[in-house]
Amino acid sequence: MDIAIIIFLFGGLFLGWSLGANDAANVFGTAVGTRMIRFKTAAIVCSIFIILGAIISGAGTTETLGKLGSINALPGAFAACVAAGLSVYVMTKFGLPVSTTQAIVGAIVGWNIYTGSPTNMKVLIIILGTWVLCPIIAGLIAMFFYTLTKKFIHSSKLHILRLDAYTRAALVLAGAFGAYSLGANNIANVMGVFVPISPFTDVNIMNIFTFSSKEQLFLLGGIAISVGVFTYSKRVMFTIGNDLLKMSPIAAFIVVVSHSIVLFLFASQGISNFLQSINLPPIPLVPVSSSQAVVGGVIGIGLLKGGKEVRWSIAGKICLGWFTLPVIAAFMSFIILFILQNIFNLTVNI
Amino acid sequence: MFGLKNTSLFGDTKKLEREIDEFVDILSEVGLVFKSIIPTYLNHSANGKFEEMVDRVKEMESKADKITKEVEHTLYEETLIPDARSDVLRLLEHLDEVIGMYQGNCYHFSIQKPDFPKEFHQDLIELTDIVVRCVEALCLTVRSFFRGIQSVRDNAHKVTFYEKESDIKFSALARKIFDSNLSLDKKMHLRYFVEKIDRICDQAEDIADEIQIYSIKRSV
Repeated sequence: MDIAIIIFLFGGLFLGWSLGANDAANVFGTAVGTRMIRFKTAAIVCSIFIILGAIISGAGTTETLGKLGSINALPGAFAACVAAGLSVYVMTKFGLPVSTTQAIVGAIVGWNIYTGSPTNMKVLIIILGTWVLCPIIAGLIAMFFYTLTKKFIHSSKLHILRLDAYTRAALVLAGAFGAYSLGANNIANVMGVFVPISPFTDVNIMNIFTFSSKEQLFLLGGIAISVGVFTYSKRVMFTIGNDLLKMSPIAAFIVVVSHSIVLFLFASQGISNFLQSINLPPIPLVPVSSSQAVVGGVIGIGLLKGGKEVRWSIAGKICLGWFTLPVIAAFMSFIILFILQNIFNLTVNI
Repeated sequence: MFGLKNTSLFGDTKKLEREIDEFVDILSEVGLVFKSIIPTYLNHSANGKFEEMVDRVKEMESKADKITKEVEHTLYEETLIPDARSDVLRLLEHLDEVIGMYQGNCYHFSIQKPDFPKEFHQDLIELTDIVVRCVEALCLTVRSFFRGIQSVRDNAHKVTFYEKESDIKFSALARKIFDSNLSLDKKMHLRYFVEKIDRICDQAEDIADEIQIYSIKRSV
């Protein structure tokens, strides 16, 4: 494989690393931060299920991003990933709960603008709509599960110690589901732009199954996310668990489940097909923000508790992020593409 | 693997549940023994039985101490209930202090042998009865903290009720003692014992208040 290809792929791998470093905390942050689960346990479960989710269910959201704009040259994809990564970094510095999802969408639109390719407005509107819906649905699901769990705990009269043991097991299971959903939903952000120009070829393994080039890319992206989980997510998890979102382990479990269901819904081809088969509108398969789903869940529980604990400033910052991040990412993408094309003389569009 | 240590985790959980239940049983039983100790002491003819009962309280206190240490050890070693661990341990220590107060009262009766005139007997027995009821209500509060947090408030309210009753009884008895014709040194000696018994209720009320705060922290 050409060394240039490896360098360009690094753009996506960097994005994957930062996704793992930041978003694994959404799935296991409170559990690890409150010492209900050891970091090592969380990192292993998280990595395995992110990779599985990416390979098994990552295709749907990738296809949607492809419809938004099909980047057809590796330097172009590289530029989009670097632009997305940098804009997430900048926004995180300002303390905004932003997502790679919004950044990559902005970066793709930036590529479209730079290369004069059309942006599919219908797809863009669907994507924007899901960003708004994602925290709202997560909040509603959290409210439902919170009420249900509270009733169950009150009626079951479980001993505090047994409840603790069950909560730990539930946090691991919910975390595994969350990691799977995160891999399935967000792999498109990391590797989606490389799919149309994948440098890999399909590999047939002993005539039993074919490991497609897309799946190889997803595996690589999944590994990059896992590296992010192992190398950097620990401190983010402790921040989430101790400072930002002070929650009981049971509330954390509910938030993780709500987050995971939302991410899974927006990534599941099966559910979408099923809805279509019973004449219901299909669910758009769109990469959504893991952080914002978590904040939606926390706000949902906060509202049920009377709304006093809800930090509306975070909700406001989320809304701000929907508009500012894609614009910044598009702008950065434009600049990086300009530099690559005019200074390094690389082809960003075929 | 995964730090869950499934079998041992649930095994330890069951063992700890049993130990905590046993601890609360001891607290309750010590109260019941204490309730019989006072009439036995006042009935001078049964002094042998009184000392036997004091020894029984001592044994139960040692057992409770042992359980507290074991629970503390397991909770920290297995990192169980990390969010409520310190609360549970503090609670057990404070409950152990109640058992210690019962034991202290028994020792003081055994060593100092206060001479309660017959006219105070009934009042002292009634005060003891209220104190034991107060601690019984505390036991229920503790059990509800561990098994059904929504009943904590109701049970804690009973503790407060008995604490107030105990204060009323204590004041009336202290007044009666100081209104009597006994010498001042005797009056003060008797007041010391009455006050010491009443203090058990104060401690029980403090613990019940603590539990209410812990249960708010534990709410989902």
